[in-house]
Amino acid sequence: MSSIDKQLIQRQMGKRTFQNKLLKALFFMCIVFSILVLGVLIIRVITQGFTHLDWDFLTSFASRFPEEAGFKAAIVGSLWLMVIVAPVSIFLGVGTAIYLEEYAKDNRFTRFIQMNISNLAGVPSVVFGLLGLTFFVRLMEMGRSIMAGGLTLSLLILPIIVVAAQEAIRSVPNDQYEASFAMGASKWQTVRRIVLPSAIPGILTGSILALSRAIGETAPLLMIGALTFIAYLPENVWDGFTVMPIQIFNWTGRPQEEFHLVAASGILVLLFLLIIMNSIAIYIRNKFSKRY
Amino acid sequence: MKSTRELIQEKQSNKNIGSIMEKVIPIVLLMTAIISVLTTIGIVITLLVETVTFFQRVSIVEFFTSTEWYPFYEADPSYGVLSLIAGTLLITAIAMVVAIPIGLGAALYLSEYATERVRQIVKPILEVLAGIPTIVYGFFALTFVTPLIKNLYFSDLSIFNALSGGIVVGIMIIPMVASLSEDAMRAVPNHIREGAFAMGATRLEVALKVVLPGALSGVISSFVLAISRAIGETMIVAVAAGSTPKFTADPTESIQTMTAYIVQVSLGDAGYGSTIYYSIYAVGMTLFMFTLLMNLLSQYISRKFREEY
Repeated sequence: MSSIDKQLIQRQMGKRTFQNKLLKALFFMCIVFSILVLGVLIIRVITQGFTHLDWDFLTSFASRFPEEAGFKAAIVGSLWLMVIVAPVSIFLGVGTAIYLEEYAKDNRFTRFIQMNISNLAGVPSVVFGLLGLTFFVRLMEMGRSIMAGGLTLSLLILPIIVVAAQEAIRSVPNDQYEASFAMGASKWQTVRRIVLPSAIPGILTGSILALSRAIGETAPLLMIGALTFIAYLPENVWDGFTVMPIQIFNWTGRPQEEFHLVAASGILVLLFLLIIMNSIAIYIRNKFSKRY
Repeated sequence: MKSTRELIQEKQSNKNIGSIMEKVIPIVLLMTAIISVLTTIGIVITLLVETVTFFQRVSIVEFFTSTEWYPFYEADPSYGVLSLIAGTLLITAIAMVVAIPIGLGAALYLSEYATERVRQIVKPILEVLAGIPTIVYGFFALTFVTPLIKNLYFSDLSIFNALSGGIVVGIMIIPMVASLSEDAMRAVPNHIREGAFAMGATRLEVALKVVLPGALSGVISSFVLAISRAIGETMIVAVAAGSTPKFTADPTESIQTMTAYIVQVSLGDAGYGSTIYYSIYAVGMTLFMFTLLMNLLSQYISRKFREEY
């Protein structure tokens, strides 16, 4: 019997470990590429955006002249939109989640609702825009108002909130329920006083992330006819409006290079707002996440 | 001081309110759950009704077989959705060429090679990348990627083109592919990896021959979901890929996707009731069918071929 050929083994091992190193580097490059893109994107927006970003930009209306163009109507419009989207989507989303997790029996209907929600999450946002245009704008005669836009976006982000709230509710441990029931509490009392308080950080985090998705959403609002140029502030939810992404879209679409810089300023404001919202979400997640 | 009788009565009336709540609350909650079902029904009915109106004016055969899409050409408008579908698929193909290898590579690194520290840094960055509004990516495609490609490779690239739109859609999807694939890979239990290590396998061999096959259903279903996302992506292509419907596979040309057409019409002043107005529903219906099929396929794959450990 021949002894083990050490040279042969070393040659083969060398090849295999080399492959391992090579591919490891390649996989790492994939991550570096993603980070690089993010870096370039942010640096580009900052260097371009700061040319027009000043107090005037935040406090004046859109204009034909790039140096006078402002973001005021868009910022206020986005905030108005949140007045509708936040309560409606959180109420519907958390309600659905509580129903599915606590009350629904495990039957066909429940599984249908659950499947429906995951499919709804995959519907393109323009299609929600078509729904909003037909149902809210035309059929319910809301016109091209904040109300119509807000309800459309609420339906759009509903699946995100439902899934987040379901996960938060599911993570409340069973002994807590049993302790509550043992004390004689009813179902609703248990849900309201035991389950919701422990699930609230998760629900809030999910909701804030969903709302930040809504703030950045453009297509459905274009569909329902949010305006691209308004020189007044909406006074109530039935007024016409514009939002930050639509204003940015409008500026980006203009041929003059100068307006692209204005668009970059708008993007800076939008990203700044999103960073704040995300930071709050992460803070809540870290601060209140209880481990049982 | 209240008498005992009064206290008992008070207690009972409270209990009545409580028992009413016990009955009302589930109904209210059920209502909220039904809203999501109604939304789906609303989408389907809306699309169906308006699409039927559209097909009363335009032949369904022309719609699905013609490659000419000139709805704004008043003398002789032509509605052949194939050129919009071609544009959409071109964008999707380019996006997948970018997103699948990079997303999968990132997932393999995060799941098999990365230390906990690296994961803690990289994962939030991917989350940020996923949270950037698509209009911002559109701006990036038009003002950075297009000039970059034009200067480096194709000097005859048109300002609006499928290539940079597709690449940026791909970049947008990388985090989704990476995080869904990584979830699937991490669900492969450690003892299987350790078995392979014990046999003398390198990390790469474990990753490619043990983990990847084990996580394949999740990985493939993340690809299919990514395709669905690329098909439905709107703002990037509306900004960067142009508005000239063409039945072409040339990525350097200006094209139009289904989503971009819908946006273009809603920006213009096509009046309510015009054929163009109804055409966006027919296009929307086609788009909806595409993405629905992809979503169902993805669910089917992840359910049917799941490895149980």
